[in-house]
Amino acid sequence: MSMLTVENLNVWFGSNRDRVDAVIGASFEIPRGESFGLVGESGSGKSTILRAITGLAPDWSGAITVDGQQIGKVRPKTFFKTVQMVFQDPYASLHPRHSVDQVLGETLHLHGFKDIDSRVVKLLDDVGLGQKFRFRYPHQLSGGQRQRVAIARALAPEPALLLLDEPTSALDVSVQAEILNLLADLRADRGLTYLMVSHDLSVVGHMCDRLAVMKDGEIVEVLDVAALRAMEAAHPYSKQLLEASV
Amino acid sequence: MMTNLLDVENLWVKFPTRQGVFDAVRGVSFTLGRERLGIVGESGSGKSMTGRAILRLIRPPGIVEADQIALEGVDLMQKSEKDMRAVRGQRISMVMQDPKFSLNPVMTIGDQIMEAYRLHSKASKSEAYAKSLEMLEAVSIRNPERVMRAYPHEMSGGMGQRIMIAMMLIPNPEILIADEPTSALDVSVQRQVLDIMDRLVKERGMGLIFISHDLNLVADFCDRVLIMYAGRIVEVCDADKLHEAQHPYTRGLLNSLPRLDAPRKRLEVLQRDPQWSTAPSVSGRI
Repeated sequence: MSMLTVENLNVWFGSNRDRVDAVIGASFEIPRGESFGLVGESGSGKSTILRAITGLAPDWSGAITVDGQQIGKVRPKTFFKTVQMVFQDPYASLHPRHSVDQVLGETLHLHGFKDIDSRVVKLLDDVGLGQKFRFRYPHQLSGGQRQRVAIARALAPEPALLLLDEPTSALDVSVQAEILNLLADLRADRGLTYLMVSHDLSVVGHMCDRLAVMKDGEIVEVLDVAALRAMEAAHPYSKQLLEASV
Repeated sequence: MMTNLLDVENLWVKFPTRQGVFDAVRGVSFTLGRERLGIVGESGSGKSMTGRAILRLIRPPGIVEADQIALEGVDLMQKSEKDMRAVRGQRISMVMQDPKFSLNPVMTIGDQIMEAYRLHSKASKSEAYAKSLEMLEAVSIRNPERVMRAYPHEMSGGMGQRIMIAMMLIPNPEILIADEPTSALDVSVQRQVLDIMDRLVKERGMGLIFISHDLNLVADFCDRVLIMYAGRIVEVCDADKLHEAQHPYTRGLLNSLPRLDAPRKRLEVLQRDPQWSTAPSVSGRI
């Protein structure tokens, strides 16, 4: 069964003269347990698709179905238990005056969990941070550690679908490897479905099973990773992108 | 033998903190000829500090110490702040990481480029205008007249970076220091900007110091590479032989990259050896 279906999605900003169509007629489907990548240059609308799914971009049309349930303008509480997002910049996505314990505890509280204390402990262990990080503030953590906290926060409500918006582009290559390994392990352990946005084809090639190439708001091609590795892109733009990244 | 444009010997950059003195760069030595020299390393390895220290851009309380930083035989460390100003921009210029922060948001691009040119030469306004147009064309900007009238926020990242390169190259410096010039850009634009930089550096016979965290890019683009770790140079090698590098740190960095042509189940994680940071710096002097 498909975890996420997006049909003919349009997203725009502004109105009338200032209207910008960021995503035009995007359609794709992600089966449960698959890892799907979105690649393209900046401004191609890949992050906007994620923002439309979570409700951070209010003006959209088309159909988004998560786990068999179609999404309307108002998202039910169950939606936020199923879908969570990890943002690009670990320096900007954590509250500077909240300790790791508060960040995770608040999320758990909002989702109505009762055993918050034991869950915080478990989450920190799951992302490989351990107890000594529990009462630290973001400025006491490195970039990689912050991204681990952001991943722990996304995992707190036990989601089935994780939206990853360039989770490693702000990190060093050595730290990137750690985070990518962590994400791969978590997916294997929990059977998560990933929708991952990246501008780095080799990262998407490593993490994903299939990917869509975007240009100027449109999906120009959907191909699987085997075809990507064999350099068998059909669309001229994806070919060009492939050549630039090898 | 290649003539050395720049000779850096035993460079230290120190920052006093409450916990004692922090050494950001520790005893780095290298020379630069008319070549493309890459400096790679993780964040915090001191690569940007090395670039800034050459131009004496590190402000107190930061301390720069060196046996010498010689630009064609003249030691920059001995120069007064006033004399340094004649060096910056005119003889050594620097392209910073993000064009958004290095262009003045309330001045048109034309005014900024013309200002950069006229500060270092006695050209008239109309000469400067013509020269700026020519320079914008040299960095492949379409419709340069319009760009001259535009403000930085109207430019994309790639255009902004090309404008910065134009501005830095207009006084015709001998050395260009590029501090992560393409890491804020897309892969497709990245190539374009690099090609332009490469062409201009070759045409003018400049020396280029290219600071980056991207190993593959440096391997492709440079002639010689210094690999920095914790403020020291751990390895020096020819760029085309980077993939045969010996030092475990360089190997670790190379292995931690995912690759399209060689799929792996798990990526290797860099195992740090405390010995790397205590071992003496390798000299990059020729």
